[in-house]
Amino acid sequence: MTVQPLLDVKNLTVSLPAAGGRQHGIVRDISFNILPGEAYGLVGESGSGKSVTSLAVIGLLKKPLRTSAGQIVFKGTDLRTLSSRAMRRLRGDRVAMIFQEPMTALNPLATVGRQIAEMFVLHQGKTWKEAHELAVGALASVRVPAPEQRVHAYPHQMSGGMRQRVMIAIALACNPDLLIADEPTTALDVTVQAEVLKLIQELCTARGTAVLLISHDLGVIANMCQRVGVMYAGKIVEERDTYELFSDPWHDYTKGLLGALPRLGSRQRHGRSRLVDIDSIIDDRSRLTERLCFEPRKLRAGAEVRP
Amino acid sequence: MLRFTIRRLLQMIPTVITVALLIFIIFSVVPGSFAASMMADGRMDADPALMERMNREFGLDKPLYERFGQYLYDIARFDLGTSFRTRLPVTHMINERVWASLKLAIAAMLFAAVIGVPLGFIAALRPGSIFDTATMIGAVSGLSMPQFWLGLLLMYLFALQLGWLPSFGYGDGGFMHLILPAITLGLTPLALLARTTRAGVLDVLNADYIRTAHSKGMSNQKVVRWHVARNALVLIVTTIGLQFGSLMGAAVVIEKLFSWPGIGSLLVDSVAVRDIPTVQGTILVIVLWFLVINTLIDLVYAAIDPRIKQG
Amino acid sequence: MHLRFNLLLGGILSAVVVLGGIFASWLTPLDPIMSADLMNAEMPPGREFWFGTDAQGRDIYTRVLYGAQVSLAVGVISQLINSFIGTALGVSAGYWGGWWDDLVNGLTNVMLAIPSLIFALAVMAVLGPGLSSLLIALGLTNWSWTCRIARSSTLSLKSQGYVQAAKTMGYGDIRIMFGQLLPNMIGPILVMATLGIGSAVLSEAALSFLGLGIHPPTPSWGNMLTDARELIVIAPWAAIFPGLAIFLTVLGFNLLGDGLRDALDPHMRTRRV
Repeated sequence: MTVQPLLDVKNLTVSLPAAGGRQHGIVRDISFNILPGEAYGLVGESGSGKSVTSLAVIGLLKKPLRTSAGQIVFKGTDLRTLSSRAMRRLRGDRVAMIFQEPMTALNPLATVGRQIAEMFVLHQGKTWKEAHELAVGALASVRVPAPEQRVHAYPHQMSGGMRQRVMIAIALACNPDLLIADEPTTALDVTVQAEVLKLIQELCTARGTAVLLISHDLGVIANMCQRVGVMYAGKIVEERDTYELFSDPWHDYTKGLLGALPRLGSRQRHGRSRLVDIDSIIDDRSRLTERLCFEPRKLRAGAEVRP
Repeated sequence: MLRFTIRRLLQMIPTVITVALLIFIIFSVVPGSFAASMMADGRMDADPALMERMNREFGLDKPLYERFGQYLYDIARFDLGTSFRTRLPVTHMINERVWASLKLAIAAMLFAAVIGVPLGFIAALRPGSIFDTATMIGAVSGLSMPQFWLGLLLMYLFALQLGWLPSFGYGDGGFMHLILPAITLGLTPLALLARTTRAGVLDVLNADYIRTAHSKGMSNQKVVRWHVARNALVLIVTTIGLQFGSLMGAAVVIEKLFSWPGIGSLLVDSVAVRDIPTVQGTILVIVLWFLVINTLIDLVYAAIDPRIKQG
Repeated sequence: MHLRFNLLLGGILSAVVVLGGIFASWLTPLDPIMSADLMNAEMPPGREFWFGTDAQGRDIYTRVLYGAQVSLAVGVISQLINSFIGTALGVSAGYWGGWWDDLVNGLTNVMLAIPSLIFALAVMAVLGPGLSSLLIALGLTNWSWTCRIARSSTLSLKSQGYVQAAKTMGYGDIRIMFGQLLPNMIGPILVMATLGIGSAVLSEAALSFLGLGIHPPTPSWGNMLTDARELIVIAPWAAIFPGLAIFLTVLGFNLLGDGLRDALDPHMRTRRV
């Protein structure tokens, strides 16, 4: 009973041309797949290549970054072989994306209603009038209060959490098969974070939308995803069911990540627990060699946290 | 919007009063009296009795603060005094000429915007291309060009050699007479608009919301039309407003060159013969005009950008 | 590439003009005024007169060289006055704040509301034509942008540690302004000054062209063009060369200013190519 994966990324490499005609691998030969309706998490520190991976999947890499090898098979077709026109038709309609910065990701000079309505005009051939009516519904579905009035609001009149809801409404407007969420809650207040995550989870479960969640925060991933890939220095170093990862991490880097996660009640002995800090060697990507990547990372006790 | 308009209009008042004060000080405190400066040119002998009579006639024997009060009061009644040269009310002389100036300034700005904005826009969409490089070289050249020299060359080529256009004058106020002065005057704002438009569009293209627009599956064309254009417009409109100021400075020279009967050439002629009330009045009108245009621009700005009205 | 091109071309053009002005008497055997000879009037450019002659038979090449002296003197000196006024007002306003800041701010806004050429015209009207009037007129009317930049730099520098430290160590206000603040904003002020020289050269030419600047027979590129206007049909070269001199001089200073700005502000460079 094998299920066809919705997205199957095979041996993907994204590179940055460097001086002397060499290529720096930003993402190096990674493979993972996402099943229909599944939530898959990519976790890793900043600079590990997880955001670049997501942009490569949706085809929005900015020059001079480019996908140099591998396949991105979505519903049976390799997206790398698609024409830019076909890719555009897919983007937003079948694969949608939410970005990290709710403050700047919306056009400040257009009403949120208009920005949602664009989706219906672009992908469903609606007139602007119909699209605006649909936008009210879309706004209601992400639980923005008083959607009939809020469609006329401009982004600056909304809070960060509300704007991110608008982004979700835009992304889910056409019921995509895959939602890519790149650090969707990082810029938000902690209390709002939980609400927005819950909203994404509920809406996607209800619609059967698969999610590729990018985060540096294992806690966020653990709440949402069935499976998780741990990225480090452009590679996926470990891929597991979320539950297994937490109970029995294999890779030293993952152990480090888990150690860096503050948890109440779990490791409180002798009245205090220690947060583990990972020595980062990722600053200079060009010096990074294959050997270094997989060499056990030094773990050391970092800041002490008193309960 | 109405409250914003009223607020902006009220904000003009202190600036106008300060400008009036500044002009008043320049012409009243700095050396000697009006009458003395008239006579310094040697057109009249410095006859003390005559000077005193003139001083009284123009109210120059009163203390400064009183004269400034009177001056402001007169301005409020749209009375800018009487020309030393023609003995006509200054408002009358300005009124006769201001429309020609307005026509020239607007034509020049239209020319600049219609050519400069698209050039900058296209250059920004193809950064580094030959078109972009050529436009930017053209822009810096345009900004370095003495406009009256360009006007002289255009006049030589199109009027005197080819005979296609009239070389100078207002004619019957028709379009043909407007072409050369407007193109000449429009050159600097054209170059500047091309430059700022390019910089502004490049800025917008790097914004996060443009990436969002692409993620929606929009074609480049639609991204530009739906999201880039309006955002870039804010900067373009501001530049146009600011450029009106230096445009009116440059207009003085261009009007003189083409014998255009506007307030610019009136100002130059009045400066040459030290017709102080006319100089004062003309400058005040030019400044007022600049302020009005900038207020209008602010209103347009507020209409484009919803964030302004609140701030 | 672009960055160095701006600086290089701008530097070469400016240097040529400066050297041409300084060494004018070495570069031409003729006198700009006394060489008038009606026998040679309106000669086209050729072997003897490289740029041709004007209505009075004076060599235009010679007059363009000597015109550079006037243009540069006016451009540089008036811009020095502008930079001084703008910096002094901007730094003191930003540093002291309070009513002085409000006053300077208000004055700057008023100055920005009056087109600088119009303001210069007004000053010329009071002082009458001539070199010193020109210097005053152009030196007093173009400092508002420098002032704004100096003020905002002062505001951002003021809160930084070393200025605070200097204060606690009991340094006087003037000493802090010269020792701590000024050196840290010299770059942008220099850029404004370089661009300002270009615009002062343009303004001088315009005022002289209107007969309100340098009076003939002293050669200035502006008043040469006034004469040339009358004979443009017979002797177009009389108009072409002085205008070209203005154009290349201003272009030189503009490119130099742009290049300096890009070199000082790497952020701008990426945005402006």
